[in-house]
Amino acid sequence: MSGQASPRPAARGGTRRSGVRRALSHPSTMIGGTLVAFFVLVAIFAPLIAPFDPNASDWLGVRQAPSAQHWFGTDDLGRDVLSRVIFGSRASLAAGIVAVTIAISIGVPLGLVAGYFGGVIDAVISRFTDALLAVPFLVLAIALAAFLGPSLQNAMIAIGISAMPVFIRLTRGQVLSIKNEDYITAVRALGVRDRNIILAHVLPNVLAPIVVQVTITMAVAVLAEASLAFLGLGQRPPAPSWGSMLDIARQFLTEAPWMAVWPGLAIIAIVLGFNLLGDGLNDTLTSQSEDS
Amino acid sequence: MLNFILRRILISVPTLLLVSVMVFGLLKLLPGDPALALAGQEPDPAVIEFLRTKYGLDRPLPVQYAKWLGSVLQGDFGLSIRTRLPIGEMIVQKLPVTLQLSLQAMLIALLIGIPAGVFAAIRRGTPVDYIVSLIGLGGLSIPSFWLGIMLILLFAVSLGWLPSGGYVGFFESPLDNLRYTLMPSIVLGTAAAAIVMRHTRSSMIAVLKQDYVRTARAKGLRERIVVTRHALRNGLIPVVTTSTLHLGELLSGAVLTEQVFGIPGFGKMIVDGVFSRDYAVVQAVVMCSALIFLLLSLIADIAYVILSPRLRS
Repeated sequence: MSGQASPRPAARGGTRRSGVRRALSHPSTMIGGTLVAFFVLVAIFAPLIAPFDPNASDWLGVRQAPSAQHWFGTDDLGRDVLSRVIFGSRASLAAGIVAVTIAISIGVPLGLVAGYFGGVIDAVISRFTDALLAVPFLVLAIALAAFLGPSLQNAMIAIGISAMPVFIRLTRGQVLSIKNEDYITAVRALGVRDRNIILAHVLPNVLAPIVVQVTITMAVAVLAEASLAFLGLGQRPPAPSWGSMLDIARQFLTEAPWMAVWPGLAIIAIVLGFNLLGDGLNDTLTSQSEDS
Repeated sequence: MLNFILRRILISVPTLLLVSVMVFGLLKLLPGDPALALAGQEPDPAVIEFLRTKYGLDRPLPVQYAKWLGSVLQGDFGLSIRTRLPIGEMIVQKLPVTLQLSLQAMLIALLIGIPAGVFAAIRRGTPVDYIVSLIGLGGLSIPSFWLGIMLILLFAVSLGWLPSGGYVGFFESPLDNLRYTLMPSIVLGTAAAAIVMRHTRSSMIAVLKQDYVRTARAKGLRERIVVTRHALRNGLIPVVTTSTLHLGELLSGAVLTEQVFGIPGFGKMIVDGVFSRDYAVVQAVVMCSALIFLLLSLIADIAYVILSPRLRS
């Protein structure tokens, strides 16, 4: 994974609300957020927006160029490309959301525990993280998806596991940077249980970079899902997925180039949306502490 | 320095051992009997039994792992079910192809990314900076396989300037080799260029704020001299190390690029392995990728120490 949130301390107390307001008014956040919101709405309302059934073949209208009836043209089975692009957003977003949920629900607790307790637990978790990070992201995802079996569900699991070590490392680093601060030492001196300290005092103060990382990882996960589907390891046909649409389009480049253009543009737009969102949040949320 | 290198190598050993445990564990993810999966599409019961005995699948897990690791340490990854060739030999054949692609891609990335990053840094906060940064973010957002398809459409199908796919070895015909690897290298180098640009930009912004740069300016040196002779030298140190590390990530990209352009490299090997259910090949590629990544991170660390005067002293 190429992008990683800047590991700076998060903002505390009252600055958090103003920080969120500042983040939302940042140009990158606004443009990225709009793009992401657009695709979320498209995915939710796909059955209402799509002009045709994405899986309905029309043998008389195979590989038709874009026209007033089929804005993005038709594919090798006469299916409407626009409708398939619209429904394809569901697989991409689902993959992103599920994969990131898997990554944070395992990665963040492990990072919290490693950073807070240190010692042997930290050493074991850190070596495990190093081992996962030593394998290139997509190679690991392909290997996991291959061994689990090709399906959208397994692709999500594979991407989630591959994205997890970044969250462990990021959270651990954040916890290490705050665990000896006075307010943590104070609650520890009051005899508050470790579990409560982690949940009530440590976690809220390491959240900002994690939120940034979530958006960056969404971009990576959407790209990875498309890549796995392109290789035949993601969403299985005939269900629409941008990656598998591109895999099919590759075979008809000379006869129907439009088949390859639109799914690719859709991937770029949504990934750019998440990247812009991540950049904007990174500029605002994680730099609050420097200003405050 | 020797002590540092030895210590770094020692740190990498447990990581590599853990990777080996993970890679070995991958086979256990297979639903059902691994011997059944290894036996191919239409398995013969005798073949299944033979494979079970051959790979020691009837023995306890730690014993199976120790036996597998022993073979791997001797470079023996077993035979490919698809090609019937030793996997180690296949890797030796295919790795140079991917290495050439990755190095060409990195060269393209550095040639584009460094000037663009420097330019954005010295014009920080201006529309030029925003445009360069947006292009960089765009480069990170383009799926490599889609870019490959679009380049094939333009340069191979429409203009007919370059071949749409395939590969010719460098020693067979250097010119043809360049024609066949140019598009894949551009595809692979695009995302890398974006990353190099972003690193160069942020590193240069930090360096341009340093006292010695201010002093150089105060001496009345021209801005070009300040940037190229004073700031760039230190600004590029993190770029060199991250670029070295990113060479490992290019292996990931090579999987898709080689698939699109039909290049018989290390990346395509894992895809072919997946589709022919050649799991030993998949395991070998993952293991070698980790080894390459750890080697590159070692080189990056050494380069950082050599290049950074503070650490060197």
